[in-house]
Amino acid sequence: MFQNKASRWIIVSLTLVFSLLLAGLPSVANAEYGDVILNKYSDANDMAPVIYPHWFHRIRFQCKVCHSELGFKMKAGGNDVTMADIVDGQFCGMCHNGEIAWTTENCELCHSGKPGLKSGIIGTHKTLGPGIW
Amino acid sequence: MSNSVRSGTEKSSHLFLTLIVLVLSTAFIVDAAYAGSWLSIKGDGNHDRRNKTAMKFLQDPEDALSQLPPDTAGNQVDWVKAIEEGYIQPRSNLYDHTEVRMMDLDIIMPETSTMNYVMFPHQQHTAWLDCKNCHPVFFEAEVGVSPVNMGAILEGEFCGRCHGAVSFPLTECNRCHSIIKGTFTGQFGAQYPEGANPEDYAYVPE
Ligand code: HEC
Ligand code: HEC
Ligand code: HEC
Ligand code: HEC
Ligand code: HEC
Ligand code: HEC
Repeated sequence: MFQNKASRWIIVSLTLVFSLLLAGLPSVANAEYGDVILNKYSDANDMAPVIYPHWFHRIRFQCKVCHSELGFKMKAGGNDVTMADIVDGQFCGMCHNGEIAWTTENCELCHSGKPGLKSGIIGTHKTLGPGIW
Repeated sequence: MSNSVRSGTEKSSHLFLTLIVLVLSTAFIVDAAYAGSWLSIKGDGNHDRRNKTAMKFLQDPEDALSQLPPDTAGNQVDWVKAIEEGYIQPRSNLYDHTEVRMMDLDIIMPETSTMNYVMFPHQQHTAWLDCKNCHPVFFEAEVGVSPVNMGAILEGEFCGRCHGAVSFPLTECNRCHSIIKGTFTGQFGAQYPEGANPEDYAYVPE
């Protein structure tokens, strides 16, 4: 396939161009590294999707609080979160209850995403999330 | 016949290597240019600017993250340093009855082909995570049992569950591949201190 030097160089320069593009692409990626979009039910119920920021919470809580003590599964989309559960004091509602953090009445602070966002974790200028390069 | 097949794979592996080197080197250049800059929630493409309450009350990452020890990747914060040097004191538990488990035990992993060996430190991880976040879901608590390898990590398994999602990303090869070959003469695997009893380090499911 790459019999001669010339075609080898074409391939190499194409590779360079593509890798530049690849390296550049994530730089226009959205949101902050580690932000998670939860949109299993929100859009379907005319609510804006939820954006959960890891960076903000990890300044205040170790991972083990949510992922061990409170039992959040460490998998985007792995928790079946509904608003009724939250108001009932589960999931986000274990803290957003007026004691540890502000209450669930502040709809817009959690439901802050653009309509139509896909559920999942968001990367940054380097990777777009696990297994997404 | 068999000869030409072999040279074919050699060539494509050559190209593959060139590709990896190029992607990484460009990533480093782009990286340098982006270090220390965070997208505002107003322009991050995900938050809805029409949501006035969110635009007014949500914190911009830069306000908080620029105050913490800098890094070039991920959140551009060295989160390990941030805890060790007391910039942040994230809570370890909400309820009094929760047992907070920490452990200091390094694991040296030698299946690294031409790369330097990997050192996995329990200390820095248990400052954030509980044993059961990793054992047995991502790793068996016994050296050499789980089929850890770089391909799977890049696919988001093992170390790649967190690194590439929330913790520093996989582009930072040398932070994991940190034990220079030739300088390490001890035994691979768990680095128990002299005279320590491995039983004291055992993983207890709760
Ligand atoms: C602490 C964060 C938080 C707050 C505050 C909050 N929500 Fe939610 N809400 C969520 C999460 C997380 C989900 C699940 C998102 C998903 O997967 O679509 C959700 C889901 C929903 C849904 C989808 C259907 C359902 O019943 O689960 C509706 C509707 C909803 N919320 C309405 C509201 C309203 C109205 C308010 C204000 C009174 C509110 N939410 C406040 C986090 C929050
Ligand atoms: C305040 C609670 C909270 C804290 C603290 C927290 N997380 Fe999370 N984490 C979540 C939520 C919520 C999700 C999304 C779950 C879902 O979509 O069902 C998540 C998802 C994840 C995922 C899955 C990502 C994926 O690609 O599937 C990983 C990995 C993760 N967290 C790691 C961490 C690490 C590491 C820390 C500590 C540095 C941490 N989390 C701290 C709440 C938390
Ligand atoms: C371990 C406790 C805890 C859990 C669980 C938790 N939060 Fe929070 N959250 C907090 C605290 C504390 C604050 C800061 C409150 C304050 O500033 O008064 C906060 C603030 C926020 C903010 C505002 C960030 C900003 O920029 O000011 C958002 C958005 C948010 N949480 C969303 C969520 C969502 C969505 C979930 C569930 C998926 C969740 N939180 C689960 C403790 C928690
Ligand atoms: C989060 C930690 C981590 C990062 C970052 C990381 N590696 Fe690895 N790497 C590992 C572990 C763990 C192994 C398996 C070691 C073992 O099983 O003994 C490994 C194995 C390897 C191997 C051996 C072959 C194989 O398939 O397992 C190569 C080659 C390798 N890594 C290259 C890289 C390169 C290149 C980078 C940067 C782009 C990188 N690694 C980043 C943790 C990491
Ligand atoms: C961030 C993930 C993570 C956390 C959290 C974690 N470990 Fe580990 N542990 C590992 C990895 C990775 C290995 C090496 C596995 C391998 O080589 O296949 C390991 C190995 C071990 C081993 C095997 C040592 C040997 O001699 O074979 C024990 C015992 C262990 N861990 C106990 C614990 C205990 C106790 C805790 C909680 C205090 C804990 N671990 C927390 C990732 C973790
Ligand atoms: C459950 C989540 C999780 C898994 C799995 C995990 N890590 Fe980490 N790791 C973290 C967190 C959280 C930190 C803190 C720094 C950060 O978030 O960027 C960290 C930090 C590190 C550091 C930096 C220590 C320092 O002193 O700066 C190294 C090295 C590292 N991890 C290697 C590994 C290797 C190798 C593996 C797989 C064998 C692995 N990690 C698996 C969550 C994880």
